Amino acid sequence: MNKLIVSPSPHDENYVKTSTIMLNVIIALIPALAAGCYFFGLRALLLTAVCIVSCVAFEYGCRKLMKRDNTIGDLSAVVTGLILAMNLPVTLPLWMAVIGSFVAIVIVKQLFGGIGQNFANPAITARIVLMVSFPSAMTNWVLPLWYKEGTDAVTGATPLVLDSFRGTTEEHLMPSYMDLFLGKVGGCLGETCALALLIGGLYLAARKIINLAAPVSFIGSLFLLSWISGGDPVYQILAGGVFLGAFFMATDYATTPISTKGKIVFGLGCGIITFVIRRFGSYPEGVSFSILLMNVLTPYIEQMTRTKVFGAKEAQKNEG
Amino acid sequence: MKKLNGIRLRHRKNTENCATVDFPVPAKVKLPMSMHMGAPCLPLVKVGDEVKVGQKVGDCESAFSAPIHSGVSGKVTAITDYQTAMGSICKAIEIETDGLQTVSEEVKPPVISDKESFIKAVRESGACGLGGAGFPTHVKLNPKTPIDTLIINAAECEPYITADYREMIECPEDIIAGINLVKSILGIKNAKLAIEANKPEAIKNFTAMAANDPTIDIITLPSAYPQGAEKVIIYNSTGRIVKEGELPSDEGVIVLNVSTAAFIYRYTQTGMPLVTRRLTIDGNAVGEPKNVRAVIGTSFRELLEFCKTDIDSIRKLIGGGPMMGMSIPDLDMPVVKTSNALLAIKSYDERKTTSCIRCGRCVNVCPLGLMPAEIDKAYKIRNIEELQALKVNLCMNCGSCTYVCPANRKLAETNQLAKALLPRK
Repeated sequence: MNKLIVSPSPHDENYVKTSTIMLNVIIALIPALAAGCYFFGLRALLLTAVCIVSCVAFEYGCRKLMKRDNTIGDLSAVVTGLILAMNLPVTLPLWMAVIGSFVAIVIVKQLFGGIGQNFANPAITARIVLMVSFPSAMTNWVLPLWYKEGTDAVTGATPLVLDSFRGTTEEHLMPSYMDLFLGKVGGCLGETCALALLIGGLYLAARKIINLAAPVSFIGSLFLLSWISGGDPVYQILAGGVFLGAFFMATDYATTPISTKGKIVFGLGCGIITFVIRRFGSYPEGVSFSILLMNVLTPYIEQMTRTKVFGAKEAQKNEG
Repeated sequence: MKKLNGIRLRHRKNTENCATVDFPVPAKVKLPMSMHMGAPCLPLVKVGDEVKVGQKVGDCESAFSAPIHSGVSGKVTAITDYQTAMGSICKAIEIETDGLQTVSEEVKPPVISDKESFIKAVRESGACGLGGAGFPTHVKLNPKTPIDTLIINAAECEPYITADYREMIECPEDIIAGINLVKSILGIKNAKLAIEANKPEAIKNFTAMAANDPTIDIITLPSAYPQGAEKVIIYNSTGRIVKEGELPSDEGVIVLNVSTAAFIYRYTQTGMPLVTRRLTIDGNAVGEPKNVRAVIGTSFRELLEFCKTDIDSIRKLIGGGPMMGMSIPDLDMPVVKTSNALLAIKSYDERKTTSCIRCGRCVNVCPLGLMPAEIDKAYKIRNIEELQALKVNLCMNCGSCTYVCPANRKLAETNQLAKALLPRK
């Protein structure tokens, strides 16, 4: 007689797998990658490929070395590589990108236990490590559409640096809102085109992959603070890595709170820290640091924003 | 009013238009002495005894139990030890039928004059919750606190199952009569018949039938699993919250399954105890999915053959729905009072369980607002204090968390294991 399988209920499942979710994130990043290629040339594609291949290779090697199950099939390493590439200037030497991948996958992700266990966002941490290690290469921006001018790549500046020209004779160098929205400005290859990132973010929200709580509170709080402090709020949210950070990194599952309340707190924190760094810090950009700092706070936010259990009597104080 | 969370499942109610067919009386039945929640019964007959249809063959002193009757006439051939699908051990009576189906003289309509005699009659009928939980009905109908609302649970939120739906289509008068009976004897003012939105036909019929009766409300529940869970149906139809440690009756509510209500009415008319039941037979190994009325004690194998099932291809057999049903370890196990469905599944690919990615889907779908991902973590390190703070004791094992988990983590199972760690009060 054939043997019946005996297992606990439920006996059915929906067919959303970890790899399905990761695949959707990859799809959502394609518009931003395409925009990057259009504005900064085809080297963007090469850099992205190097990041993805090296991330997957590090993931494979690391799991092998640690004698653990191979996890490259869940596509999370591909996503990490893709997001890392989005955070790099298109001119970055390829070997530096490989170092970034090493930091992201080996140090930040696998040493802490692999997917879901890392406390910091791998791509963000890699960007920060590269920024601190290779400050000039990481700030070597090219002008958008330089290849159409028929000249060699010309070094440009990012809109956040140009923001200091406000009110001076060089104010005409500042990009227009439209240029900012479409991404026709200097910056990392995937962060300039707010439109493409918005499309990707909304796609993920529509597929119920991400919750818009964190992006909305992030962008919203940054907008409000810039406005209140007399800055140009539209310029502040469109310039730099706000959209990339808000939609693709402040929504990372592993490193942000689970509950909606927690996600709102997380977004608010990111908005406030970004504002403070941009306004008072010596770095022109603060998105990466804000997300990393909030990643560290996530376990505490999580503790404070637990869901209310239906009909539960007052819970005893947890001392754990 | 805000409704509680639920998940959209593929309904797969393939049998909703299959009128109930009677399964012929089998040559042999096996009656486990534990088919309900509560104390198992002890056999009242010996090997070699003649039994008749409707004769009581098992009972128990405990108030929290329900007696068991024979659905066939014939001879007791064996009394054996039997392991139920839940894993507990009880006695089982095996009866060889004589095919005559002689009705026992015990079967006569009960005399009901007041609440006490009604409760006694319900106990004698052997009734227990036919929706799957098997809570003894006489206990439910005898609460210590005053009741103002009777909720009839006609959600049938599990995929595949249409047994209650067929009751609503085939015997709507019995259901309304059952509601009125319980209402009048227990002095309950209002009744609410709560039906899930995926049964428009039933909703239409009952709305028309109850149009002239202001005390019966027909409520349409959203098609979101688990609408039929007791706490969920109470909240979604009355807005009342059954708090931790409370019974529905503490909130002035009794919830009764729709088929149970109809059965109670029929029992008061005929005196025939609970010896048959309707069950849905479906699943991808079943050739002809059907709704079957079978004598309790009929073996699953015979029912599956009756529905043209390729027996050898079955990989998994589920007693009940795919979300909360029990895995059946043996094809020769019998139909019990709580068998509302029998699903034979052919292909069953078990995905590998991988690491939690903290996506939060389990938290979003839990109807009670529990955090299964956090419970999973606390269980791994056996942090009992944390498990108590996370209120794992409230989990009703609806399985929604496991269902949505992209990493295929067995969260509902973990919740049950975690519950077992909690100190008993």
